[in-house]
Amino acid sequence: MKVSEQWLRQWVSLDMDAQGIADQITMAGLEVDAVEAVAETFSGVVVAHVKSVSRHPDADKLNVCQVDDGSGESVQVVCGAPNVAEGQKIAFARVGAVLPGDFKIKKAKLRGVESRGMVCSSSELGLEEERSEGILVLADDAPVGEDFRHWLSLDDHTIDVDLTPNRGDCLSVQGLARELGVLNRLPVEALHIDDVAELNTDTFPVSINAPEACPRYVARVVRDVDVTAATPMWMSERLRRSGIRSIDVVVDITNYVMLELGQPMHAFDLETLQGSIEVRMAREGEQLTLLNDQSIALRDDTLVIADDRGPLAIAGVMGGEHSGVNASTRHILFESAFFAPLAIAGKARSYGLHTDSSHRFERGVDSELQRKAIERATQLLLPIAGGAPGPLVEVASPDHLPSQRHVTLRAGQVARVLGVALKGEEITDILTRLGMEIAAQGNDVWDIIVPSWRFDISLEADLIEELARVYGYNRLPVRYPSARLAPRAIQESQHPLAHLRRQLVARGYQEAITYSFVSPELQMALTPQAVSPTLANPISSDMSVMRSSLWPGLVKTLMHNLNRQQNRVRIFETGQVFQGELPELSQRAKIGGLLCGERDAEGWSGRREKVDFFDLKGDVEGLLALGGELDAWRFEPAEHPALHPGQSAQILYGSTPVGCIGALHPAVRAKLGIKPDVFVFEIDLETARQGRLPAFSSLSRYPEVRRDLALAVRQDLSVQTLMDTIRAQAGEWLTDLRLFDVYQGKGVEEGHKSFALGLTWQHPSRTLNDEEINQLIDNIVDGVKTRYNATLRG
Amino acid sequence: MEHLSSLVSEARAVIEAANDMQSLDDVRVRYLGKKGEITALLKGLGKLPAEERPAAGEAINQAKQQLTAELETRRSKLEDEALNARLAAERIDVTLPGRGEMPGGLHPVTNTLSRIENFFTHIGYDVAEGPEVEDDYHNFEALNIPAHHPARAMHDTFYFDARHLLRTHTSPVQIRTMEKGNPPIRIVCPGRVYRCDSDLTHSPMFHQVEGLFVDENVSFADLKGTIEEFLKAFFERDELDVRFRPSYFPFTEPSAEVDIQCVMCSGEGCRVCSHTGWLEVMGCGMVHPEVFRYVGIDPERYSGFAFGMGGERLAMLRYGVNDLRLFFDNDLRFLRQFQ
Repeated sequence: MKVSEQWLRQWVSLDMDAQGIADQITMAGLEVDAVEAVAETFSGVVVAHVKSVSRHPDADKLNVCQVDDGSGESVQVVCGAPNVAEGQKIAFARVGAVLPGDFKIKKAKLRGVESRGMVCSSSELGLEEERSEGILVLADDAPVGEDFRHWLSLDDHTIDVDLTPNRGDCLSVQGLARELGVLNRLPVEALHIDDVAELNTDTFPVSINAPEACPRYVARVVRDVDVTAATPMWMSERLRRSGIRSIDVVVDITNYVMLELGQPMHAFDLETLQGSIEVRMAREGEQLTLLNDQSIALRDDTLVIADDRGPLAIAGVMGGEHSGVNASTRHILFESAFFAPLAIAGKARSYGLHTDSSHRFERGVDSELQRKAIERATQLLLPIAGGAPGPLVEVASPDHLPSQRHVTLRAGQVARVLGVALKGEEITDILTRLGMEIAAQGNDVWDIIVPSWRFDISLEADLIEELARVYGYNRLPVRYPSARLAPRAIQESQHPLAHLRRQLVARGYQEAITYSFVSPELQMALTPQAVSPTLANPISSDMSVMRSSLWPGLVKTLMHNLNRQQNRVRIFETGQVFQGELPELSQRAKIGGLLCGERDAEGWSGRREKVDFFDLKGDVEGLLALGGELDAWRFEPAEHPALHPGQSAQILYGSTPVGCIGALHPAVRAKLGIKPDVFVFEIDLETARQGRLPAFSSLSRYPEVRRDLALAVRQDLSVQTLMDTIRAQAGEWLTDLRLFDVYQGKGVEEGHKSFALGLTWQHPSRTLNDEEINQLIDNIVDGVKTRYNATLRG
Repeated sequence: MEHLSSLVSEARAVIEAANDMQSLDDVRVRYLGKKGEITALLKGLGKLPAEERPAAGEAINQAKQQLTAELETRRSKLEDEALNARLAAERIDVTLPGRGEMPGGLHPVTNTLSRIENFFTHIGYDVAEGPEVEDDYHNFEALNIPAHHPARAMHDTFYFDARHLLRTHTSPVQIRTMEKGNPPIRIVCPGRVYRCDSDLTHSPMFHQVEGLFVDENVSFADLKGTIEEFLKAFFERDELDVRFRPSYFPFTEPSAEVDIQCVMCSGEGCRVCSHTGWLEVMGCGMVHPEVFRYVGIDPERYSGFAFGMGGERLAMLRYGVNDLRLFFDNDLRFLRQFQ
């Protein structure tokens, strides 16, 4: 809500400047976004009278004007504006004037004719942003010689208040003035509105068919209105300072009353109305062309103002084009209605509209304001545009009008919520200033009647907030909460997410945070098998599906960095991923990472080798080993549509698959335009946080026995399978089984590979002898020979 | 015995000339070894007349001892030289960078959220989390924001269908916690939130940390104390002006916006604070009785406060980041600045 500082001052005599007003209401909860001067700086401009206009002797488009600027002497000025005419009142910049942009007016000769000053346009004075077509023509009664700034009160400010949705009562000068009156203990000049004398008995029939949505409708016929009459400058200026463009006198008056009192109004062209006005719900599909030329099909949840032919306006939102006031209108019908907030809420938006009217009705309008507003509009109209008003027609449904609200306030509750016991007199004082009526007062209890304009107040909590607000939040006490400090168990075997993150960071990974919604194409490329929900209203199509994996975000991050010559990338992310369709959606947190580029950072000692699968696997194992039970985790070859079929594995915890690791499929990389090899992993976060509680077993005092085996096996046998078999046959005293070499080449048969394994045994209570170890070795060698045709190498 | 003295002087010259351990050992063998020349002299003593033997023996032994000592001296000198030569050869440039991986780093928003969480967990709050795809009830209705409430316009919401949406704040976690448990409740709820808005100062995804404290006799004074101390702790300032400005949230009443003295200009006025000297950093208030009714907590017995703040906003102020979008570009050159 934008409002002129001077307009406010007419309602309440404030002893502070515009910034002071802004600061005060901001601290009372009406946040001011901006305070701006209503006009740019200029001086030396006066109201003047054009006495004569004659064609410039040497220029077709210039006129030579004789102007009376109140100085007593006629001033000659050359003017290029097409609309300058004899008899006009104009804004005249005298020689010596300084216009916005530090533009100094000097004596000049234009094509040989002397010109002493300038006839100004709105834009030249900074009153309009767009370049004006011609000069600014003032009202005939503008006082010649008067300083133009002073005459229009241009030393004014616009205060732009960003009101919270509960304070619809402040969407008017009256409302803001009332608030300032409360804060400063000042009287507010109530507007004096006499009932207008009726000059005829003309009425137009009105009926309400949806009284819960429209409990009150007030209308008045005004005949013989001069719609072409100019809106007075003072009014169009106030509208302008509130950000509203002047349209015509009737529309300007309805807007003016809305700004002044907070009651949105509408005016119909009486001669377009057929039969009678009916306020009813629209019939599904009824057509209406709005004032903004938009044609819409109405839904049956929409309240409309209709006549016998059909809808004329969406109630509380916007009028129709057909029944609106235009230049040829002679008779009008003013509308001033109370629409229930719930009937209007969301409707404008559902048709893609937002109007000053809908903004107010959605938040609430004072239900006692309708007659006053229509009287005020008539009062303003008659002296400007003439007209013969008829009597007011009011249709109301008292059962549906907001009833008088009583709220009980307890002093104890005030103290409990605010942490301070306000004095009874203080509470009474604040409530009274706010316009609350104290119906009854008992022992620290008040029965409050809420004024009709404070429709946001219906609970004790609402009143307590008002007390705190007016008393001042910053005067309220400060205390530290006390609580019962009961110790709680923390599961030791589960380690915090922070440890997982720290582990990856220690291994050189940088944490990324990527959007949870990704491009469907990228998701399709990386997790083609996944299903995840799609946003109905995404920001853009490349942020439209919920990620089913962390990989799209990580890969996008990789691409961003590769494009910026960052070629060694190790990144990770943690966060929820989304799998399935609503309402059966699975939302689980994952930890995932991506590795690309050289193994070692560029340096003096490193080898220039590219990372491979085992670099990433080592990092993942380092992560999983945090839990102290790396043995519980297994990597098993498994294909994934986005991964290299020979370099991908499922990660299992026990026998449950909880993750995936592998090299991006070359075809996927080609599709995404990624040149280097890329390795990715993702693991269920909850599982990755699992660990074991350490358990002590006593240290053996007897010597270890170590034997090494070199076994040649078929190329496609996995070392894990081989080691599982060996472990099963190595007896219970095996303490370590270690792979220390993998070899292929000379000495090993084509299509085979050789694993070198170190086996360590130790008995807790005696020395193991050679015979038993030899026996175990024989069993192992026999076993793997039988099962895998493995041969012992010499 | 002239032979002996010439032998000794010859041996001494050879010892002096030996330049490595091997040639020195050769010298030892040549003179003092089993078949050495001095040893041979000792062996030849028996051929001497008996009366000459003691004097000759002593002379030979003396020569032997003398040569042994000289050998030792020479050996020690050669060893020293060898060690020094080795040490010189092994000299390295200790200013070369060390070998191995340097650590990466956490995202600045993660850092910020962790610091906030830590402040509150240290004074007895728990961390609570919840789903990001939420239903209308938990995100709006139970927070006293019924359908078509104008406050919904304050939240530009991403929808999936009529009932499901991306949470616009972490408040639904508060609702879910209150539905499940009984007071006293002290939680902080960090997490991702979403608003359908994207420009210089708005990101469609950002992070919030909300807090909730419900117990008997919790007042606005407790809220003020908690927030003031938190902000001083977060910015590590003993003196930090904090002000509470009345505002409106449907789920709290009284509600407040919290402003702090601008941490960039110390309240002098700068671009960051739009020359007001103040920065809006969080919202808070006393839990609305309607919210308590939705979750089945008796508002006559319990009261509580709630607060919420934006992770990115606080990270920007804390680290001087001037563009919100940098947080989600994940440019490594940006991220590395927070290692």
